[in-house]
Amino acid sequence: MTLRPGTRVRTSSADPDHHTRLPRYLRGQVGEIVYAGREWPLPDDVARGVAAPRAEIVYTVRFAAAGLWGTGRHTVLADLWASYLEQADGEDGEDDEDDGPQEER
Amino acid sequence: MTPEPHHHDLPVAARVRRLEERVIAAGLASDGELDEALARFYARATPINGARLVARAWTDPRFRVRLLADGSAAAAELGFGPQVSGYQLRVVANSAQRHNVIVCTLCSCYPVALLGPSPSWYKSLAYRSRTVREPRAVLSEFGLVVPEAVDIAVWDSTAETRYLVLPVRPDGTDGLAEDELAALVTRDGLIGTARV
Repeated sequence: MTLRPGTRVRTSSADPDHHTRLPRYLRGQVGEIVYAGREWPLPDDVARGVAAPRAEIVYTVRFAAAGLWGTGRHTVLADLWASYLEQADGEDGEDDEDDGPQEER
Repeated sequence: MTPEPHHHDLPVAARVRRLEERVIAAGLASDGELDEALARFYARATPINGARLVARAWTDPRFRVRLLADGSAAAAELGFGPQVSGYQLRVVANSAQRHNVIVCTLCSCYPVALLGPSPSWYKSLAYRSRTVREPRAVLSEFGLVVPEAVDIAVWDSTAETRYLVLPVRPDGTDGLAEDELAALVTRDGLIGTARV
Protein backbone atom coordinates (compact mmCIF):
# COMPACT_ATOMS: atom_id res chain seq x y z
CA MET A 1 0.00 0.00 0.00
CA THR A 2 1.29 3.39 -0.93
CA LEU A 3 0.74 6.17 1.58
CA ARG A 4 -0.64 9.27 -0.12
CA PRO A 5 0.67 12.80 0.27
CA GLY A 6 -1.05 14.43 3.21
CA THR A 7 -1.06 11.23 5.29
CA ARG A 8 0.14 11.83 8.82
CA VAL A 9 2.67 9.29 10.00
CA ARG A 10 4.57 8.49 13.16
CA THR A 11 8.14 7.31 12.84
CA SER A 12 9.42 4.27 14.65
CA SER A 13 10.80 4.85 18.13
CA ALA A 14 12.90 1.67 18.03
CA ASP A 15 16.60 1.85 18.79
CA PRO A 16 17.91 -0.94 16.55
CA ASP A 17 21.29 -2.51 17.20
CA HIS A 18 22.06 -2.41 13.48
CA HIS A 19 22.47 0.20 10.80
CA THR A 20 19.36 2.21 9.98
CA ARG A 21 18.58 5.31 7.99
CA LEU A 22 16.02 6.72 10.37
CA PRO A 23 18.05 9.47 12.01
CA ARG A 24 17.85 9.49 15.78
CA TYR A 25 16.41 13.01 15.86
CA LEU A 26 13.44 11.78 13.83
CA ARG A 27 12.56 8.80 16.04
CA GLY A 28 9.00 8.69 17.38
CA GLN A 29 8.03 11.91 15.60
CA VAL A 30 4.84 12.80 13.76
CA GLY A 31 5.10 14.21 10.26
CA GLU A 32 3.27 14.34 6.98
CA ILE A 33 3.94 12.50 3.74
CA VAL A 34 4.65 14.99 0.97
CA TYR A 35 5.97 12.64 -1.71
CA ALA A 36 6.09 8.93 -2.46
CA GLY A 37 9.39 8.17 -4.18
CA ARG A 38 10.88 5.10 -5.78
CA GLU A 39 11.39 1.73 -4.13
CA TRP A 40 14.87 1.09 -2.77
CA PRO A 41 16.40 -1.83 -0.84
CA LEU A 42 16.01 -1.32 2.90
CA PRO A 43 19.45 -0.21 4.17
CA ASP A 44 18.86 -2.03 7.47
CA ASP A 45 18.71 -5.32 5.54
CA VAL A 46 21.53 -4.46 3.14
CA ALA A 47 23.91 -3.53 5.94
CA ARG A 48 23.22 -6.83 7.72
CA GLY A 49 23.89 -8.80 4.56
CA VAL A 50 20.34 -10.09 4.27
CA ALA A 51 20.27 -12.20 1.11
CA ALA A 52 17.09 -10.67 -0.28
CA PRO A 53 16.76 -7.22 1.24
CA ARG A 54 13.24 -5.84 1.36
CA ALA A 55 12.52 -3.21 -1.26
CA GLU A 56 10.34 -0.42 0.05
CA ILE A 57 8.97 2.90 -1.12
CA VAL A 58 11.00 5.79 0.24
CA TYR A 59 8.73 8.64 1.32
CA THR A 60 9.58 12.26 1.81
CA VAL A 61 8.13 13.18 5.20
CA ARG A 62 7.81 16.74 6.45
CA PHE A 63 8.30 17.59 10.12
CA ALA A 64 7.74 20.89 11.88
CA ALA A 65 10.86 22.10 13.67
CA ALA A 66 8.79 23.07 16.70
CA GLY A 67 7.77 19.42 17.10
CA LEU A 68 11.33 18.13 16.76
CA TRP A 69 13.16 20.70 18.85
CA GLY A 70 10.49 22.61 20.76
CA THR A 71 11.54 25.70 18.84
CA GLY A 72 11.92 27.00 15.31
CA ARG A 73 9.51 27.84 12.49
CA HIS A 74 11.22 25.91 9.71
CA THR A 75 10.35 22.49 8.38
CA VAL A 76 12.64 19.48 8.01
CA LEU A 77 12.00 17.02 5.19
CA ALA A 78 13.57 13.58 5.25
CA ASP A 79 13.42 10.54 3.00
CA LEU A 80 12.29 7.53 5.01
CA TRP A 81 11.68 3.89 4.13
CA ALA A 82 8.12 2.60 4.52
CA SER A 83 8.89 0.30 7.46
CA TYR A 84 10.05 3.28 9.54
CA LEU A 85 6.54 4.71 9.36
CA GLU A 86 3.07 3.97 10.64
CA GLN A 87 -0.09 5.96 10.06
CA ALA A 88 -0.80 8.47 12.81
CA ASP A 89 -4.41 9.36 12.18
CA GLY A 90 -5.91 11.61 14.77
CA GLU A 91 -2.63 12.32 16.53
CA ASP A 92 -1.51 15.81 17.24
CA GLY A 93 1.77 16.69 15.75
CA GLU A 94 2.89 19.00 13.07
CA ASP A 95 0.87 22.16 12.78
CA ASP A 96 1.39 23.24 9.24
CA GLU A 97 -0.46 25.73 7.12
CA ASP A 98 0.57 24.82 3.63
CA ASP A 99 -0.47 21.57 2.15
CA GLY A 100 0.77 19.02 -0.27
CA PRO A 101 3.76 18.50 -2.48
CA GLN A 102 2.71 21.10 -5.07
CA GLU A 103 3.34 23.75 -2.48
CA GLU A 104 6.64 22.11 -1.80
CA ARG A 105 8.16 21.96 -5.25
CA MET B 1 31.02 28.25 10.40
CA THR B 2 34.35 27.81 12.09
CA PRO B 3 37.29 27.03 9.82
CA GLU B 4 37.91 23.35 9.33
CA PRO B 5 41.23 21.56 9.45
CA HIS B 6 42.70 20.90 6.06
CA HIS B 7 41.13 17.89 4.37
CA HIS B 8 44.30 15.78 4.59
CA ASP B 9 44.28 16.15 8.37
CA LEU B 10 40.74 14.88 8.84
CA PRO B 11 40.22 11.40 10.35
CA VAL B 12 38.18 10.44 7.28
CA ALA B 13 41.19 11.11 5.05
CA ALA B 14 43.27 8.65 7.08
CA ARG B 15 40.45 6.14 6.87
CA VAL B 16 40.28 6.50 3.09
CA ARG B 17 44.04 6.05 2.78
CA ARG B 18 43.84 2.89 4.89
CA LEU B 19 41.04 1.53 2.72
CA GLU B 20 43.00 2.28 -0.44
CA GLU B 21 46.00 0.42 0.98
CA ARG B 22 43.82 -2.62 1.71
CA VAL B 23 42.29 -2.58 -1.77
CA ILE B 24 45.74 -2.36 -3.34
CA ALA B 25 47.23 -5.03 -1.04
CA ALA B 26 44.37 -7.39 -1.93
CA GLY B 27 45.18 -6.93 -5.59
CA LEU B 28 41.72 -5.53 -6.38
CA ALA B 29 43.08 -2.40 -8.02
CA SER B 30 46.38 -0.61 -8.38
CA ASP B 31 47.13 2.84 -7.04
CA GLY B 32 47.18 4.14 -10.61
CA GLU B 33 43.82 2.60 -11.42
CA LEU B 34 42.23 4.19 -8.35
CA ASP B 35 43.67 7.59 -9.23
CA GLU B 36 42.52 7.24 -12.81
CA ALA B 37 38.97 6.24 -11.82
CA LEU B 38 38.71 9.20 -9.44
CA ALA B 39 40.13 11.62 -11.99
CA ARG B 40 37.69 10.36 -14.61
CA PHE B 41 34.75 10.80 -12.24
CA TYR B 42 35.72 14.23 -10.99
CA ALA B 43 36.59 15.56 -14.45
CA ARG B 44 32.90 15.43 -15.30
CA ALA B 45 31.61 16.36 -11.83
CA THR B 46 31.24 20.11 -11.66
CA PRO B 47 28.65 22.66 -10.52
CA ILE B 48 28.56 23.83 -14.14
CA ASN B 49 26.30 20.81 -14.73
CA GLY B 50 23.83 21.85 -12.04
CA ALA B 51 24.04 25.44 -13.31
CA ARG B 52 23.02 24.29 -16.79
CA LEU B 53 19.88 22.67 -15.37
CA VAL B 54 19.05 25.87 -13.50
CA ALA B 55 19.65 28.17 -16.48
CA ARG B 56 17.47 25.97 -18.68
CA ALA B 57 14.70 26.05 -16.06
CA TRP B 58 14.96 29.86 -15.87
CA THR B 59 14.58 30.22 -19.63
CA ASP B 60 12.18 27.37 -20.44
CA PRO B 61 9.08 27.23 -18.21
CA ARG B 62 8.10 23.81 -19.50
CA PHE B 63 11.53 22.40 -18.66
CA ARG B 64 11.17 23.93 -15.21
CA VAL B 65 7.94 22.00 -14.68
CA ARG B 66 9.60 18.77 -15.79
CA LEU B 67 12.68 19.43 -13.65
CA LEU B 68 10.59 19.93 -10.51
CA ALA B 69 8.37 16.92 -11.28
CA ASP B 70 11.20 14.47 -12.06
CA GLY B 71 14.74 15.77 -11.61
CA SER B 72 16.34 12.54 -12.82
CA ALA B 73 14.45 12.56 -16.14
CA ALA B 74 15.09 16.27 -16.70
CA ALA B 75 18.82 15.82 -15.99
CA ALA B 76 18.85 12.99 -18.52
CA GLU B 77 17.36 15.36 -21.13
CA LEU B 78 20.50 17.47 -20.82
CA GLY B 79 22.76 14.45 -21.11
CA PHE B 80 23.43 13.79 -17.41
CA GLY B 81 21.46 10.53 -17.27
CA PRO B 82 24.39 8.15 -16.68
CA GLN B 83 25.89 10.45 -14.05
CA VAL B 84 22.75 10.56 -11.91
CA SER B 85 21.59 7.00 -12.49
CA GLY B 86 22.39 5.65 -9.01
CA TYR B 87 19.81 7.72 -7.15
CA GLN B 88 16.64 9.74 -7.54
CA LEU B 89 17.38 13.40 -8.19
CA ARG B 90 14.87 15.85 -6.82
CA VAL B 91 14.95 19.57 -7.44
CA VAL B 92 13.34 22.00 -5.01
CA ALA B 93 12.56 25.57 -6.05
CA ASN B 94 13.21 28.67 -4.03
CA SER B 95 10.57 31.39 -4.19
CA ALA B 96 9.69 34.67 -2.53
CA GLN B 97 7.94 32.62 0.19
CA ARG B 98 10.33 29.71 0.63
CA HIS B 99 14.05 29.08 0.88
CA ASN B 100 15.39 25.53 0.56
CA VAL B 101 18.67 24.20 1.91
CA ILE B 102 20.21 20.75 1.59
CA VAL B 103 21.96 18.72 4.26
CA CYS B 104 22.75 15.08 4.92
CA THR B 105 22.69 14.51 8.67
CA LEU B 106 23.74 10.86 8.51
CA CYS B 107 26.72 11.24 6.17
CA SER B 108 27.31 13.61 3.25
CA CYS B 109 25.01 12.53 0.42
CA TYR B 110 25.03 15.03 -2.39
CA PRO B 111 24.68 14.96 -6.19
CA VAL B 112 28.42 15.17 -6.87
CA ALA B 113 28.03 14.87 -10.66
CA LEU B 114 25.92 18.04 -10.74
CA LEU B 115 27.50 20.06 -7.93
CA GLY B 116 31.13 18.98 -8.07
CA PRO B 117 33.03 17.61 -5.07
CA SER B 118 31.26 18.61 -1.87
CA PRO B 119 32.89 21.27 0.29
CA SER B 120 34.44 20.08 3.56
CA TRP B 121 31.94 22.09 5.59
CA TYR B 122 29.10 20.07 4.01
CA LYS B 123 30.61 16.97 5.65
CA SER B 124 31.28 18.67 8.99
CA LEU B 125 29.38 17.62 12.11
CA ALA B 126 28.57 21.26 12.77
CA TYR B 127 26.80 21.82 9.44
CA ARG B 128 25.05 18.46 9.58
CA SER B 129 23.73 18.80 13.11
CA ARG B 130 22.95 22.51 13.18
CA THR B 131 21.25 22.93 9.79
CA VAL B 132 18.23 20.83 10.76
CA ARG B 133 17.99 22.59 14.08
CA GLU B 134 18.75 26.26 13.45
CA PRO B 135 18.99 26.81 9.69
CA ARG B 136 18.44 30.55 9.91
CA ALA B 137 21.46 30.95 12.18
CA VAL B 138 23.61 28.66 10.02
CA LEU B 139 22.65 30.50 6.83
CA SER B 140 23.40 33.85 8.41
CA GLU B 141 26.92 32.58 9.14
CA PHE B 142 27.23 31.97 5.41
CA GLY B 143 26.20 35.62 4.93
CA LEU B 144 22.71 34.70 3.82
CA VAL B 145 20.05 36.46 5.84
CA VAL B 146 16.65 34.92 5.17
CA PRO B 147 13.83 37.33 6.10
CA GLU B 148 11.56 36.11 8.90
CA ALA B 149 8.61 36.13 6.49
CA VAL B 150 10.32 33.53 4.29
CA ASP B 151 9.83 29.89 5.30
CA ILE B 152 12.89 27.66 5.40
CA ALA B 153 12.69 24.03 4.28
CA VAL B 154 15.65 21.82 5.21
CA TRP B 155 16.02 18.68 3.08
CA ASP B 156 17.84 15.87 4.87
CA SER B 157 19.06 13.68 2.00
CA THR B 158 20.02 10.05 1.67
CA ALA B 159 22.19 8.17 -0.78
CA GLU B 160 19.07 7.16 -2.71
CA THR B 161 17.41 10.57 -2.94
CA ARG B 162 19.60 13.59 -3.58
CA TYR B 163 18.64 17.20 -3.89
CA LEU B 164 19.49 20.28 -5.86
CA VAL B 165 18.08 23.73 -5.12
CA LEU B 166 16.62 25.76 -7.99
CA PRO B 167 17.54 29.31 -6.99
CA VAL B 168 15.42 32.36 -7.79
CA ARG B 169 16.54 34.00 -11.02
CA PRO B 170 18.25 37.28 -10.13
CA ASP B 171 16.61 40.57 -11.07
CA GLY B 172 18.01 42.42 -14.04
CA THR B 173 18.96 39.30 -16.00
CA ASP B 174 16.19 39.48 -18.61
CA GLY B 175 18.53 40.05 -21.51
CA LEU B 176 20.97 37.25 -20.67
CA ALA B 177 21.37 34.12 -22.74
CA GLU B 178 21.19 30.66 -21.18
CA ASP B 179 24.96 30.20 -20.92
CA GLU B 180 25.36 33.67 -19.40
CA LEU B 181 22.71 32.78 -16.82
CA ALA B 182 24.46 29.48 -16.06
CA ALA B 183 27.65 31.41 -15.30
CA LEU B 184 25.83 33.24 -12.48
CA VAL B 185 24.91 30.03 -10.64
CA THR B 186 27.23 28.99 -7.82
CA ARG B 187 27.71 25.69 -6.02
CA ASP B 188 26.48 27.24 -2.77
CA GLY B 189 23.41 28.52 -4.61
CA LEU B 190 22.66 24.93 -5.62
CA ILE B 191 23.04 23.75 -1.99
CA GLY B 192 20.95 26.64 -0.68
CA THR B 193 23.61 28.32 1.47
CA ALA B 194 23.68 31.34 -0.87
CA ARG B 195 21.42 33.24 -3.21
CA VAL B 196 22.32 33.60 -6.85
